[in-house]
Amino acid sequence: MIKVKNLHKTFENLEVLRGIDEHIEKGEVVVVIGPSGSGKSTFLRCLNLLEDVTAGEIYVDDEMINDPKVNVNRIRQKMGMVFQQFNLFPHLTIMENITLAPVLLKKMTKEDAIKRGRELLARVNLAEKENAYPAQLSGGQKQRVAIARALAMDPEIMLFDEPTSALDPEMVGEVLDVMKDLAKSGMTMVIVTHEMGFAREVATRVLFIDQGVVMESGTPEEVFGNPQNERTKNFLSKVL
Amino acid sequence: MAQWAENFGNTFYKCFIKEDRYKLLLSGIGVTIKVSLLAVVIGIIIGMIIAICNLSKHKLLKIIGGIYTDVIRGTPSVTQLMIIYFVIFASVHLDKWIIAAIAFGINSGAYVSEIIRAGIMSIDKGQTEAGRSLGLNAYQTMSRIVIPQAIKNIFPALCNEFIVLIKETAIVGYVGLMDIQKAGDFIKSATFIAFMPLIGTAVIYYVLIKILTLILNRIEAVLRKADAR
Repeated sequence: MIKVKNLHKTFENLEVLRGIDEHIEKGEVVVVIGPSGSGKSTFLRCLNLLEDVTAGEIYVDDEMINDPKVNVNRIRQKMGMVFQQFNLFPHLTIMENITLAPVLLKKMTKEDAIKRGRELLARVNLAEKENAYPAQLSGGQKQRVAIARALAMDPEIMLFDEPTSALDPEMVGEVLDVMKDLAKSGMTMVIVTHEMGFAREVATRVLFIDQGVVMESGTPEEVFGNPQNERTKNFLSKVL
Repeated sequence: MAQWAENFGNTFYKCFIKEDRYKLLLSGIGVTIKVSLLAVVIGIIIGMIIAICNLSKHKLLKIIGGIYTDVIRGTPSVTQLMIIYFVIFASVHLDKWIIAAIAFGINSGAYVSEIIRAGIMSIDKGQTEAGRSLGLNAYQTMSRIVIPQAIKNIFPALCNEFIVLIKETAIVGYVGLMDIQKAGDFIKSATFIAFMPLIGTAVIYYVLIKILTLILNRIEAVLRKADAR
């Protein structure tokens, strides 16, 4: 579903990604771990072109998406993105946050979008909040709305950029539960996180990225239970 | 005391009542308001255009926006007014006050564009990223997500710019328009009294701006109401 070939990304003089090759299949739940500054968030942001790619190729459904001729907006509609800082639209109600894109991009009529919005809010256990504004919600609630907002576009892939890192500890669980539920439903997911327990439980594959390259890749049992790379061992010994 | 009051009354009569001089001031108020209102509208339109130029990635637009702001901010508004009136519009038959309003609008546009630019830049980058990640294009993200949030932030600065603009129009006498300032000045020359007409002029401007401030505060309170949540 996603194919990444020799992906490079350079900021000014800093080479953040130094040649990443990856193949993500439909239905996989790939958890990306690694020390801070390793390039794992940049990797995720390149996948939906929030960062432009310095060199290399990214294919989604066999279409090269970093070709300048490609309509980025159409590609992005296939990929939902959830951010560390939630990025809900503060001037809109929860329901408006969810229905804005599907209605504006003519995917649905307003009535259908509201109906779908209610289903999604029920799914993330926030049915009663549709008329609230983001400022009235807790962090965990905001992040669950952000997930619902991304799902409203019926994406084929969901990208999560450290979705629980900005949350108070007691709210992490409610967001992870929604993500687990989503994984069980068969959604293709790429998740950058520091939640190792979650990675072990939900991931079909774990990528360890350091110094801008994939150092190790395998099932959670392989990566956590029997890491091969020295850097992976070193990192895991610090976080586990 | 009685002496002083009588004196005051006499001067007041000479300056404002005799020969219907108050009518000069009244029509002056009309001129000031007409010129200011049209200039505000022109200023906002130009300001938006220049702000878009300054924020765009297009090199040529950026240069145009940069030069515009630079030139307008770098020259006195009296000079700009006189150039526009006596040079650019020299052979165009438009009402004087319209030409003056265009001049002030061009001037104000440069400042408004900076206010708008700052307002748009004050919105967190994450808002744009969230919009784009949902598949909205740059224009949809701007118009539905960034600008609605920016307007509330820039409203106080815009109000301030309008107040400055009203006071700036006190130089329209240079191109022969009889606004409040010019009317006061005219009365001063006709009566050889300086105190009464000049203080009168100041009071009129003060009251005008006070009324405007009260109205704008009301509007701001309405805008902010949606925030009380």
